[in-house]
Amino acid sequence: MADQYDAIIIGAGHNGLTAAATLAMAGLHVLVVEARDNLGGAAATEELFPGYRANIGSETVSLLQEEVIRALFLKMHGLELRETPIGLFAPQPDGTALTLWQDVTHSEAEIAFFSHHDAARYPDFAAQVATMAGALQSMMLLAPPDLAELDPSALAKWGRVGWKVRRLGDRDMMAFMRLLPMPLKDYLDEWFESDALKGALGAAGVTGTMLGPRGGGTTLQFLYQNLGGLNRYRTVAGGTGRLAEALGSAAQANGAEIRCGSPVARILVDDGRATGVELAGGASIQARAVVSGADPKRTFLGLVGPTKLPPRFMRQVRNILYRGSTARVHFALSALPQFRGQAREEQLSAAIRISPSLDYLERAYDDAKYGRISENLYLEAAIPSVADPYLAPAGHHLLSVTVRYTPYRLRDSNWEEQREPLGDRVLATLARYAPGIEQLVVDRHVLTPLDYEQRYGLTEGSIFHGQMGLDQMLVMRPVPGWSRYRTPIANLYLCGAGAHPGGGVTGAPGYNAARAILRDIKG
Amino acid sequence: MAAQYDAIVIGGGHNGLVAAAYLARAGKKVLVLEKRHLVGGATVTEEVYPGFKFSVFSYVVSLLRPDIVRELQLARHGLTILPLESTLTPLPDGDYLYRGADHWETLRNVARFSERDAGAYDEYSRNMYFMAKAVKYILGVRPPDPTRYHPRDLWGLVEMARHFLGLPEDQLWLLAKLMTMSAADFVEQWFESEPLKATLSASGIIGTFLGPRSPGTAYVLLHHYMGEIDGAFRAWGFARGGTGGIAEAIASAARAHGAAVRCDSPVAEVIVKDGRATGVALENGDTFAADIVVSSLDPRLTFLKLVDPAQLPGELVADIRKFNVRGSSGKVNLALDALPDLAALPGPGRHLAGAISFSPSVDYLERAYDDAKYGDFSRQPYVDVIIPSVIDPGMAPPGKHVMSCFVQYAPYELREGTWEEKREAFGDAVIDALSTVMPNLKEVILHRQVLTPLDIEQMIGITQGNIFHGELSLSQLFFLRPAPGYAGYRTPIRGYYQCGSGTHPGGGIMGAPGKLAALEILKDS
Amino acid sequence: MPIPTPLHARTAPLNANHEWRDWAGYLSASLYEPSHEREYYAIRNAAALIDVSPLFKYEVSGPDALRAVDRLITRDATKCRVGQVLYTPWCDEDGQVIDDGTVARLAEDRFRITAADPNLRWFQDVAYGFDAQVEDVSTSLAALSLQGPNSREILRAVAGGIDLDALRYFHLAQGTVDTIPLTITRTGYTGDLGYELWVPAEYAVDLWDRLVDHGQAYGLLPVGMVAMDIARIEAGLLLIEVDYKSSAHAQIEAQKSSPFELGLGWAVALDAGDFVGRDALRAEKARGSAWAFAGVEVSWTSIAKLYAEEDLPPQVAGRASRQAIPVYRNGRQVGQLTSHTFSPILKRYIGIGTVLAEHAAPGATLDVEVTVEYRRKQARGTIVPTPFYDPAHKRR
Repeated sequence: MADQYDAIIIGAGHNGLTAAATLAMAGLHVLVVEARDNLGGAAATEELFPGYRANIGSETVSLLQEEVIRALFLKMHGLELRETPIGLFAPQPDGTALTLWQDVTHSEAEIAFFSHHDAARYPDFAAQVATMAGALQSMMLLAPPDLAELDPSALAKWGRVGWKVRRLGDRDMMAFMRLLPMPLKDYLDEWFESDALKGALGAAGVTGTMLGPRGGGTTLQFLYQNLGGLNRYRTVAGGTGRLAEALGSAAQANGAEIRCGSPVARILVDDGRATGVELAGGASIQARAVVSGADPKRTFLGLVGPTKLPPRFMRQVRNILYRGSTARVHFALSALPQFRGQAREEQLSAAIRISPSLDYLERAYDDAKYGRISENLYLEAAIPSVADPYLAPAGHHLLSVTVRYTPYRLRDSNWEEQREPLGDRVLATLARYAPGIEQLVVDRHVLTPLDYEQRYGLTEGSIFHGQMGLDQMLVMRPVPGWSRYRTPIANLYLCGAGAHPGGGVTGAPGYNAARAILRDIKG
Repeated sequence: MAAQYDAIVIGGGHNGLVAAAYLARAGKKVLVLEKRHLVGGATVTEEVYPGFKFSVFSYVVSLLRPDIVRELQLARHGLTILPLESTLTPLPDGDYLYRGADHWETLRNVARFSERDAGAYDEYSRNMYFMAKAVKYILGVRPPDPTRYHPRDLWGLVEMARHFLGLPEDQLWLLAKLMTMSAADFVEQWFESEPLKATLSASGIIGTFLGPRSPGTAYVLLHHYMGEIDGAFRAWGFARGGTGGIAEAIASAARAHGAAVRCDSPVAEVIVKDGRATGVALENGDTFAADIVVSSLDPRLTFLKLVDPAQLPGELVADIRKFNVRGSSGKVNLALDALPDLAALPGPGRHLAGAISFSPSVDYLERAYDDAKYGDFSRQPYVDVIIPSVIDPGMAPPGKHVMSCFVQYAPYELREGTWEEKREAFGDAVIDALSTVMPNLKEVILHRQVLTPLDIEQMIGITQGNIFHGELSLSQLFFLRPAPGYAGYRTPIRGYYQCGSGTHPGGGIMGAPGKLAALEILKDS
Repeated sequence: MPIPTPLHARTAPLNANHEWRDWAGYLSASLYEPSHEREYYAIRNAAALIDVSPLFKYEVSGPDALRAVDRLITRDATKCRVGQVLYTPWCDEDGQVIDDGTVARLAEDRFRITAADPNLRWFQDVAYGFDAQVEDVSTSLAALSLQGPNSREILRAVAGGIDLDALRYFHLAQGTVDTIPLTITRTGYTGDLGYELWVPAEYAVDLWDRLVDHGQAYGLLPVGMVAMDIARIEAGLLLIEVDYKSSAHAQIEAQKSSPFELGLGWAVALDAGDFVGRDALRAEKARGSAWAFAGVEVSWTSIAKLYAEEDLPPQVAGRASRQAIPVYRNGRQVGQLTSHTFSPILKRYIGIGTVLAEHAAPGATLDVEVTVEYRRKQARGTIVPTPFYDPAHKRR
């Protein structure tokens, strides 16, 4: 007699674990199978060099949903969140630096150094972003409505979103509709004149996408990235991977089993229904529901197999834009670097952003558009060991740098050839802002988009499981008509970032998927 | 004592004329005031060089609403649309992609580049037909205002929801994709070969300051397809006598209904008394009185120049200032001694009677955009060419030809230098690009007129020379066009209305803004 | 503009009328002689040679070719042995017919499919994920249809090395005739004894010449579309875009048809493999189809009477008509005949079309619209089984 589970979750990424914990708490017999030996997937923290604990995919958990934290009692299971008063530190080519704080007044003073006009407008801007992000937040924990078959109960909830949008006031509501499809450059140009400020803020709008700040829909991405608050910087003590551990603990405390080192070979489908999974070793495990935390392409093309799915659905899946554009370089440092324009160590406790103007971003994108690594790299760095010394050996520091606009498909080269040159160029770029940093490097580790695909299972290295453009959001995520966590295969669900609302460490897709499953199971 | 009219329409462009014709048809005493010596605005034909007539600005017609043609009896007033039924994409390597009236010939041409694309071609065309059919609905309605509780707005929203939710599921989803994707990504759902993808995507960038890979351009692509739905009506073509023939036909219809049209009459301002428009004053000081004043000019001019912005709500003024009117295109009009020879298809032939799209690859278009977004004209531009004299021999002396080249991108605001300094270099870039596929072009040019966005602004007044009076981006469509709360053709000033391309449903020689505005005005009076 | 087929060098000089049709972008002779009647009787009485090269042809090959084809077509491809040919429709996910054609199994891992429309994208999308390639061989392969009671003897004279007596109905043989590589399928679009010959385009003229040389003694004539159209209606065979609309071209749902509604229920293997559209067709089977395919014989005496009312002798077009005509029952329209013709061999007026399922039982009577002197009248029609003409030698 094979094992019988209510639900098998594929992948112990943070969304898979969120789904597992939520289902287990509801009394389901849950099994999580994970290919890697540790929890967290792309949200893991791994000891890449002895004594240095590096966050693989995500440095922060600013978007993690409060309801998920509460509902799963994550604090009881060891989750400790930290926030810095600093939002971001943006060193400039001329040796100055812009520091933005959580506190608006504090930021105003910093901005005034670059533009009094912008400083004066910043509080209103922050207020509008908060309002708009609030409207977006109200959609995070709802399954998108099924437009084709209007389900009154779902619509009622979205009606509440509509009401929430409406309660914003007529002008805000119109602004919301106007802003979502807008290029972020246009939005920021409406408010500000300083390149430094617009460059520093604008970077959030191109996170995880292959779009420049002139691309339509980047304002939506900007609002999404600031859901938790403008420039919020929230991390997990001990590294982002501790979140997965807390989630795993919450799941196990409710009876879920977690098997690491158990890659799934395929999802078993019998006459259009998922019946379980087959592990790479050949063992098969039965379950009433199979819940995939893998991205849609990996789930449908890899695990189910296109030949078991309707061709038109497969066309849509094949047309999902992934466009992974993220690489990360981790440096083990013997000491803390000193950036130009940096006055205090505290300034290095949050995001360190090399993005001096929107045109700098746009040009970095231009190269990527044609399959090249940017001439001038847009970098998003962090030295988590400043706030959390546990992450590096005493006195040493870990510098983790996200490089955007590193196209998965290189036109005239390949990632095997470009891995180390990328590391060199990241260091050279940093050295322009932090002279002498080269001498501090003890070791380094480069993760290319190809590595993210091969090691962490992210199609094309897309950290969001599919680009978060307007065309792949809400009812169109992952593909139109299938945004409600269900799939054309009965009993097969999606719970990863490829489902609504999307990427980032939010827990929302996993939590929403679990609730959709519970509704189906309990009728 | 000022002359008294029921309604004065400012600007004799095609939308102003359509509005005037509908108002006159309803019995109003209407006066159209046009600043130039001829009607049409951007819809004009002018004999720029002796014997050579040009559709100086707008050069093809695809969207003119059939109901307007019918109701204003434009055929009786001289409108003839000649077919423009093929698109040729010549390639620098000497090859070409030809798509014409013969379905199977088109498929064979597509198949030379990709058999799979040929297999997808019909499906793509059918889907675009469905999309055009789906949005056709909105071309005929005043945008409801979702923030108002007026029954008319609520009902409008309900009707709209019913229309769109009533679409077959596949079509609804495709429409959602179309509204949000880039033109290149959209066509890549079907196609793989560069000349086809590029030429289809090119429709998505015309008149916008966006590249083919910028989300939002897929909608513009549809905007150019919308005329196709009226199939038998032959909506896609070239007006006999040039584009000015359309304006003249509408003007003739307006006059037949009793409207007066005065050229050489630039309006300085709208006269407003106690929050109410009472007439207009010309630049020469003449005044005309009317209860209804309709501006067909672009939103910037309508709200910021013709009236004192101080009389308007601050929010509206702020919104209009934000309204994106970036000019992005230019025009090169050539008088030719002989037909240009295409390297790919030497000699005369029916391929010269259609559009010739210089759009070899999506990257080519995207690079053209790259130049422009940093404030320079495209060194290797996208060019859409037609040779009207092949279709309508009256446009040029016998044996000679006129060639119209629509060019993108030409940003209104240059980062370095002025358009005065760069005009000819821009013209050279266009001729150089075309010469790669038309080797004899330079030898046959007799005259060349280069129009930059600045020239367009100075000649016909459109702010920044934006051919659509404001970009057709999702942020500026429907109830957001031109500004929230003012998409219903009205303004905060009683008796003052807007009817230009800056209002719903937007630009192109469509006439819908003019007609819809007239219908709203008639509801009010 | 339509382009020549590989046989144009032979068909053009023969086409005394210069009457051509555009068949999928190719020049296709409507008829060669001033009247199509001799050509029609060649099909039924002697032998006919028809250039059917414009058909679309695809090859599916690879280890998973069988699985891919089985997923594509509504019939059970696993029952198709090497050397066998199946006639089948294929459907979209909603069980609506996209196209129909023949599937020939050339080898364990290789199939050739004929289609009326371009299908490459659909075939490739259905085959996606299978270890199989889909290739469009439409232009590289010419096709000749040799039809009629004498076709076997002519073919025997030309292709001596191929055992035609062993070649059964809906089977294929492969071989070479001198240097000409040839696939022969015992199929056709006439409902008579006949063969279709598939040959690389560069050998097509050579093959034509040999057939004509040997065929003269057997009354072989080159035959155009007009005569073939009559024959295919007599055989009760469907023509896409005439008798049904591909779901890939339909502009509204009502224009689509399921195989059940086209009389192809026999070709739907609901209990075999998981072909595209199966679930939808199972559901349709369970609830019953709204429409049914119908063969209708229109009473000649009834037609004669309608003409007599105008003091005219009965007269019907000599050619088959693709102009759909409505059929009524009790004054209410219940369907339409989409192809209809006077059958020269049966001396009856026949048609095929679609009627509401409840009126499709054999023997049921209907009123068929006939226009006499610009007046719409109704003649008596009866539902009859198809094929209308089904000679025993077709299968022998």
